[in-house]
Amino acid sequence: MNIINIEHISKVYHLGIEEVHALRDISLRIDKNEYLAIMGPSGSGKSTLMNMLGCLDTPTSGIYDFNGQSVSTMSDNELAKIRNKEIGFVFQTFNLLPRSDALHNVELPLVYAGLPYAERRERAKQTLIDVGLGDRIHHKPNELSGGQRQRVAIARALVSNPSIILADEPTGNLDSKIGEEIMQLFEEIHSKGNTIILVTHEEYIAEHAARIIRLKDGLVEKDEIGSRGNIQKPKVATE
Amino acid sequence: MRNIVFEFKEGLLIAFRALRANKIRSALTMLGIFIGITVVVLMSTAIKGIDNSFQKGISALGSDVLYISKWQWFSNDDWWTMRNRKNIDMAEFEKFKNLAKLPLAIAPTTNSRRTVKYKDRRVESVFLNGSTSEYVKTTNFTFEHGRFYSDIESNSSRHVAIIGSEIAKSLFPRGDAMDKTIKIGGVNFKIIGVLSEQGSVILGPFNPDNQVFIPIGTIFKNFESRHGRTITINVRAINPGMVAETKDEAEGIMRKVRGLRHNEVNDFSINQQEALMDQYNSVVGVIQIAGLFITGLSLFVGAIGIMNIMFVSVRERTREIGIRKAIGAKRRTILIQFLLESSTICLIGGTIGLLAAVILSMVVNQFIPTSVQVDVVIIALVVSLMTGVLAGIAPAYMAAKLDPVEALRYE
Ligand SMILES: Nc1ncnc2c1ncn2[C@@H]1O[C@H](COP(=O)(O)OP(=O)(O)OP(=O)(O)O)[C@@H](O)[C@H]1O
Ligand SMILES: [Mg+2]
Repeated sequence: MNIINIEHISKVYHLGIEEVHALRDISLRIDKNEYLAIMGPSGSGKSTLMNMLGCLDTPTSGIYDFNGQSVSTMSDNELAKIRNKEIGFVFQTFNLLPRSDALHNVELPLVYAGLPYAERRERAKQTLIDVGLGDRIHHKPNELSGGQRQRVAIARALVSNPSIILADEPTGNLDSKIGEEIMQLFEEIHSKGNTIILVTHEEYIAEHAARIIRLKDGLVEKDEIGSRGNIQKPKVATE
Repeated sequence: MRNIVFEFKEGLLIAFRALRANKIRSALTMLGIFIGITVVVLMSTAIKGIDNSFQKGISALGSDVLYISKWQWFSNDDWWTMRNRKNIDMAEFEKFKNLAKLPLAIAPTTNSRRTVKYKDRRVESVFLNGSTSEYVKTTNFTFEHGRFYSDIESNSSRHVAIIGSEIAKSLFPRGDAMDKTIKIGGVNFKIIGVLSEQGSVILGPFNPDNQVFIPIGTIFKNFESRHGRTITINVRAINPGMVAETKDEAEGIMRKVRGLRHNEVNDFSINQQEALMDQYNSVVGVIQIAGLFITGLSLFVGAIGIMNIMFVSVRERTREIGIRKAIGAKRRTILIQFLLESSTICLIGGTIGLLAAVILSMVVNQFIPTSVQVDVVIIALVVSLMTGVLAGIAPAYMAAKLDPVEALRYE
């Protein structure tokens, strides 16, 4: 069963009279429990694609089905709901709320989901323990190291049990040792049955993934099974 | 539904956190609304206070008393028409009195202005009221000492006087006015009565507290010519329910006395406290509208300040809004959050303003009577809340419709 099915997606930005084709014609199928890395040179459209997959942005043309629902036709509120319940986003720059402690940051998706106080506190706490921050729950972001901040962000992405985790260069702001630790965490999360899509510039990071998609100029250049590939056949929909 | 409650709580929490994070800015913003609300409350309190004392003063005139006069109060009619009317004289009054059956009391009145002296103390230009013994029945006077002049005293134009409480205070600070002889316009009068305090300060010379009451005959004898002077006939109905009938009867009798044919218009007017009331209400209406406009303006300035700050706040927190949207905040959520923030600012500012106004009006109360009413308190709070919501709408809407990707990219 595909979690994600996109067909002939394009995204055009208008800068005055100039048109920027961030994505030209992309088709992709992503299965449940896949571990996918998206690579490609700067400006190739990786972030644009991720935002699209994460329902933060809508395509200029093409079809996007998420879990069998047509995202391309959804209203703003429905998109917000999908982002809240089905998608966990991890950003390169962590994007935590600076004035809130770790617990509140992690709890926030559950607030928007309408969970009662006690339950969401408990779940947020447990998720922080799961990512190894049980002793840092009341620290504010500026009282945490980069790696710890990214762990908080990962906990926030995990807390609502989403269908997929999207990570746009999650190790981009971390040194390689800490980056490796974070990748270890993703590995664990994947082994628990989660679907993960991550963007990276580093081959060694992509090594963790079972499947690697290479973008160039808004097109899929290559869709290959990674060195640790353990799935039978890449699902490529491009002709 | 449950979601909205959570969003509300979360919104309040965020609002307080944001206010705390920018203490000075929040305080300055609140200042605008604080001033606005203080002015609103003080203004309405002052108007209310003046109104109250006026109402009290005017009711001293009696809602059940008619004033038959050459002049119509507060009329837009041609002044010359009224001026050319025949004066009402004592003979007409006598005829009227003999014919009228309904009234409780009927009294002719005239007046003069004279200086009143006792030894070296004096009050200039005192309003002298001249009437008959029945006059007291057209009023609700209460006496501190003594009594009103009697029938015999008024018929024989004795030199007796009843003085208002303020006059008594000025001439006899030690309160020993009774039976003293005072000089009114150089003529000796004996004080046979002192009124207790009657009405409010607002009415000035028309307040009985500032008046002296003497028999009408003595006015004509000593101060004013009987000719070329019109009197007013005060007519009191048995009870307020009988005012209309008493008025009809009075009109009929006056027409008869004047010998008017049915096709001739009245050459006199029957006035009531109502006319005064109407006039007063229209004046107060203008004051209220002007007051509302001025105070509304200061609130408006406060609201602009808040709107400005909220726009700054939205801009500053663009990234935060992006984050919240990325993890599932709906437009509505963001809208509520910022509306709550602006209304919290306004409500806090407004509450402080209200407290300040209450304290200030207590101070002012020492000089002019003021009164803070519950409805003013409620209105002030509702107004500050509304100001917050209105001032917050545009910035909150701007925040709510931010594109999440753009917002996250914002530096
Ligand atoms: N909001 C925008 N307005 C105009 N052009 C945009 C916008 N967002 C992205 N682009 C353009 O779209 C193209 C793809 O951008 P994108 O951010 O997806 O690249 P990327 O692959 O993530 O690059 P990097 O590796 O540097 O993060 C770029 O040429 C970029 O300039
Ligand atoms: Mg990028």
